[in-house]
Amino acid sequence: MAYAEPTAARSPALTRRAPNWSRLGLYLLVGLIVFSVAAPLLWILKISIVETRELSASPPTIWPHTFTLAHYEKVFGDPLFLRSLANSVIIAGATTLIALTLGALAAYPLARLQFRFRGLVMSGILAISFFPMVAIIAPLFVQFRSLGLLDSYWAVIATDTVFVLPLSVWILATFFRQLPRDLENAAWLDGASPLQAFRMIILPLAAPGVMTAAILTFIATWNEYLFANTFLFDNHKWPVTVLIPNYAANQFTPDYAAQAAAALVVTAPILILVLVLQRRIVSGLTAGALSG
Amino acid sequence: MSDALVPTAPAEARPPARPSGRRRGTPRASERRTAWAMVAPTILVVLAVALLPIADTVWLSLHQASVTETGAFVGLDNFKFIFSDPAFTEALKNTAIFTVVSVAIELVLGLGIALVLNQHFRGRGAIRAIVLIPWAFPLSVAAVLGRLMLQDQVGILSYIAHGLGLAHGPILSDPNSLLVSVILVDVWTSVPFMALLLLAGLQTIPGEVIEAARVDGASAAQRLFRITLPLLWPAILLALLFRTLQAWAVYDLFYVMAQRQLESLSTYVYQGVRVSELNFAPGTAAAVFTFLTSLAIVVLFIRGFGARTAGEV
Repeated sequence: MAYAEPTAARSPALTRRAPNWSRLGLYLLVGLIVFSVAAPLLWILKISIVETRELSASPPTIWPHTFTLAHYEKVFGDPLFLRSLANSVIIAGATTLIALTLGALAAYPLARLQFRFRGLVMSGILAISFFPMVAIIAPLFVQFRSLGLLDSYWAVIATDTVFVLPLSVWILATFFRQLPRDLENAAWLDGASPLQAFRMIILPLAAPGVMTAAILTFIATWNEYLFANTFLFDNHKWPVTVLIPNYAANQFTPDYAAQAAAALVVTAPILILVLVLQRRIVSGLTAGALSG
Repeated sequence: MSDALVPTAPAEARPPARPSGRRRGTPRASERRTAWAMVAPTILVVLAVALLPIADTVWLSLHQASVTETGAFVGLDNFKFIFSDPAFTEALKNTAIFTVVSVAIELVLGLGIALVLNQHFRGRGAIRAIVLIPWAFPLSVAAVLGRLMLQDQVGILSYIAHGLGLAHGPILSDPNSLLVSVILVDVWTSVPFMALLLLAGLQTIPGEVIEAARVDGASAAQRLFRITLPLLWPAILLALLFRTLQAWAVYDLFYVMAQRQLESLSTYVYQGVRVSELNFAPGTAAAVFTFLTSLAIVVLFIRGFGARTAGEV
């Protein structure tokens, strides 16, 4: 916790020396942290851009000796891969839209209105986040099968929605609670119904909260694997999370470079979101645990 | 702000003040009706897709169930079966080791990173963004990256491990080194979450408290163990609770990295539900077991350790 600022009470010689050491240690630690995040990714990037023969070089090359975009061309030339990107966009997009609509509608009364069992309803919704997802796949598999929903996006969207709802309700309720009450009171005095006050006053003001909830919901759904891998059989419906582990994975001659390229391509959109919207994501993630 | 963690049911943490005459035109009954109408769709979805299916899983687990029919009532036979099934006890053991080891490592590393990021230094914002990157990786994709790095022909980690004498033979074919590998990838993807949650907790500790201790002559270690960690305890418990539950339900990493050579509780359930028709009923019993043990973890943290949860993270 030491900020390592020199203290006036010490002698000048000591103050100059001690802070430098702890400063150096700090930067070493920061460097170590950055290295452990970046090194694996740079290595994966390397194998995705070198020629296939360099992959099995022994000892492995650290710096690329060859360069080719052939693996990316292969990945982008594969209709199944492009299809999986589209599937992920559809599933994550629809889930985000539905979860946010439901979440905003539920979060407003939970944050602002008076009704019985309000605490119970809130706890019930939040408790879902404690459930292991695997606990519900058996009966839903049976149900979806009899409803003809297996192999449809809807099976995955429905299950994804229920598991991201707690997050979106919580983040939105937190944001709604922070808005000043006077605005709504004024609207109510002017004869607006609670629903009108919500739509015209609260929702526009809570736009940053809606954005935060949308980003986190989208990332969570983009990354979801269990439900998609359970309810989708047809590989033309697979999202990226299901396709990538099966991609170019022929048991005898797996194409490692293509796997690396594909893995990086499907993660790129999320990485860009994270780097650009880092502040918002962190505030959303921690809003769940620490109320502001 | 040290009391930043609010109890479940946050809506009740701060009962809305209702100055009399605040809203003349809106009778309470209509407010109640509106409230229920707005909450109803979410309640329906939660009931239909989460709560009823849980009850249904319990029901199925007590029957000779298959995908096509519920079958005859068999009491606890499915539970007796799974506990005599070596595949299940192996899955339970793997999951327990995985959960304890990876969450423990993540706590230590997460705390270290949070303490580093809580210092003032140039470029802190950028470093925080970089730390977040592994969290953004889908676990199934991170598992593929892990396989690539540990693969015995092209993997750099495999090369290093063999060079250091840490591994003999292909890492991805041996259950023990496979479990270590799964833990390694989990640590890489989950430490950021732990670190950010703890960092948020650290930032609620007023600087003056620590400064006062420093002025009073407390050493860095004393300040950490006597002041910072006790004040951070609620945040630590909450982060531990979330990570323990996630680890206990681990599916993606085991399924993709171990490719059926190593089971977790969740991959065992998946095997029964989706892969092997004969194991459907035992699969539902294992699902109930996973659910009940998760519940036990929540109760242990809240009642036993005094964790105060505020909701999903």
